[in-house]
Amino acid sequence: MSERAIIAASLALFLAGASFPFWRNAARPPRPLDLRLPQGRKECVAPLDYMRTSHGDLLEDWRDRVVHSGERVFTAPDGRVREMSLVRTCLDCHEKAGFCDRCHQYVAVAPDCWSCHADPRSQR
Amino acid sequence: MKITRKAFLALLAVATRAFGKPRPRRMAMVIDLAKCWKDRGCTRCAQACHAAHNVPQIPDRRREIKWIWKERFENAFGEESAVPSVAGAPVPLLCNHCEHPACVKVCPTGATWKRESDGLVMMDEHRCIGCRYCMAACPYGSRSFNWSDPRPFLRTIDPAYPTRTRGVVEKCTFCSERLARGGQPACVEVCPPKAMVFGDAADPSSAVAQLLRARYAFRRKPGLGAGPNVFYLL
Amino acid sequence: MTILAKAMWGSRAYRWWMAALTAASVAGVLLWVRQWNQGLVLTGMSRDVAWGLYVGQFTFFVGVAASAVTVVLPYYLHAWKAFSRVVILGELLAIASIVVSLLFIVVDMGRPDRLLNVLLYPSPSSLMFWDMLALTGYLALNAMLARAALAAEIDGAPPAAWTRAIMLISIPWAVSIHTVTAFLYAGLAGRPFWLTAVMAPRFLASAFATGPALLILLCRAFRYDAGEEALRKLRLVMTYAMTVNVFLALMEVFTAFYSGIPEHAAHYSPWTWLSAGFAAVALAMALGRSRFAPAAVFASLAIDKGVVLIPAGFIPSPAGVVTPYIPTAVELGIVLAIWSVGALLVTVLFRIAIAAQEAEAG
Repeated sequence: MSERAIIAASLALFLAGASFPFWRNAARPPRPLDLRLPQGRKECVAPLDYMRTSHGDLLEDWRDRVVHSGERVFTAPDGRVREMSLVRTCLDCHEKAGFCDRCHQYVAVAPDCWSCHADPRSQR
Repeated sequence: MKITRKAFLALLAVATRAFGKPRPRRMAMVIDLAKCWKDRGCTRCAQACHAAHNVPQIPDRRREIKWIWKERFENAFGEESAVPSVAGAPVPLLCNHCEHPACVKVCPTGATWKRESDGLVMMDEHRCIGCRYCMAACPYGSRSFNWSDPRPFLRTIDPAYPTRTRGVVEKCTFCSERLARGGQPACVEVCPPKAMVFGDAADPSSAVAQLLRARYAFRRKPGLGAGPNVFYLL
Repeated sequence: MTILAKAMWGSRAYRWWMAALTAASVAGVLLWVRQWNQGLVLTGMSRDVAWGLYVGQFTFFVGVAASAVTVVLPYYLHAWKAFSRVVILGELLAIASIVVSLLFIVVDMGRPDRLLNVLLYPSPSSLMFWDMLALTGYLALNAMLARAALAAEIDGAPPAAWTRAIMLISIPWAVSIHTVTAFLYAGLAGRPFWLTAVMAPRFLASAFATGPALLILLCRAFRYDAGEEALRKLRLVMTYAMTVNVFLALMEVFTAFYSGIPEHAAHYSPWTWLSAGFAAVALAMALGRSRFAPAAVFASLAIDKGVVLIPAGFIPSPAGVVTPYIPTAVELGIVLAIWSVGALLVTVLFRIAIAAQEAEAG
């Protein structure tokens, strides 16, 4: 094969590979996100748009406060005094499988929390 | 309004005491071995602790994880202190939450530290890098490492307390989560002959302080200067 | 560019050597990935013996890195012109050794993904924090020095003036890296085998014996003519340092056994005695100016510091229990792989240096 042909073929292969995510998703759109929202609860522990963007930061802040500062309680926007706990507060309303996992899978993130913190619903 | 320097300083002292941080506590444990030895085969303390904290039961002794366990007297206190009356007797051992913890000194990430408010030597398994320097430093062998994923070795997981991952160190926490709710450590609560007493050694009215004033108590390797806070009565 | 090309290509034997080292390194990466997934249970370490070969080899190679000072100091501070052809090799060896040491640390960690925590949460009370600073600083110093020296060699000009300042700093720094590493162990009240004031002096003595021994062996392997004078002086440094090392080891034996404190003597196992015996034999060979002395000195110290010292500190445990430590195949495979990475680095770096010198001479 001539040099030009090799270059052209390699370039084509590279472009095909690099653009794979785009045309694959166009051909087979991912399943729409179907989150099982908690029933009968109006408010989370912080405003919704904040939680959508920054619940990871909130949980890290909680972690440092509980583990390093020994603070365990905070006041939610609805005035209720809650415990800073992933399992006892967050998972009190949310289901891990129907809520947390579905969105995490959709955006392809794998948070490390679950290797230690167990889902109470799956233990029954 | 004029105020003398002396009066001002006195006012400052009163205000600090009223509005400043409370006097730090010094949590300690006293184990009455005579009571403990009434039932030498008993392991209720270890069972309660390990169940409450999802401590895995690993059959390979080399990789076992234990927060509280029983060791023969001569192993706990040295061959030289094992007189015939106590030779072979099982002694409960746990993290001593030392006054001058070597593990805290050597930790390169601050994943273990001595809490100022009550003297507990805390553990942050989120931060631990698994270097095991703390295990090398501890003179008492109180710490365990997760050589592999602990979950396969847990028959039941209590979701109220996290498990740990492979690659981090863990140890007795004096049940800080129970203390936070005004409770006592699990081992202390469950001990059938009430051999374990837990409390603030810096508070003269506490049971621990009273015991330490009334009876002679000894500790493991006191000469090393670590200042262990687990005392033993005979 | 031609210098680099000269370093990468060579005879058939050389290419087989590089292929074997690369294969071993790749195998090591795969083994480490297995260890990362399944945990350090794949090694022979235990609750009682929390550190093993990885930390031992780390300790040994910090010593090799520190040994660069044995050629740098006499050459730069005392004008030992005989070392003119080995100084660059000493610096390059230091670079490879530090890289190897750091690799041993990474494979020993339970959570290497959290490595940055050491930087994010500085802990000045921990010797590990200072060791991290000392080792990375030393790597940077030697990298700067070696690059400047090589560039100067290629250009045929003397090295830039600022390199002298860096070189002067690197001398006490070299001593400090191995002192800090000794402090990791020597400050632990709960480990009587390590709790000795002679730990740092012993480390330095054994390092100053290992380095020259290794340099002699490498000059032979690369068929590099360092000069008769240089080789003689290297043997001299090796012999004196080994004498001091064995002497200090005997001092420890005296203290442990004459004092009669059971806890101290209990750490002397058959392995400790075997290692000590080998060191004594190596010293005898060095004193007898045997041709095999450098290999014997290197091997005996690799065993004494790199294999025996660390587990011996843990056996028996604080509770007096003996838990044997037997490295597993995975552990040995990873150790071999890291050695291969070091050998690869040494091969490439030495060939560059030698090619640069030949180019300048030609």
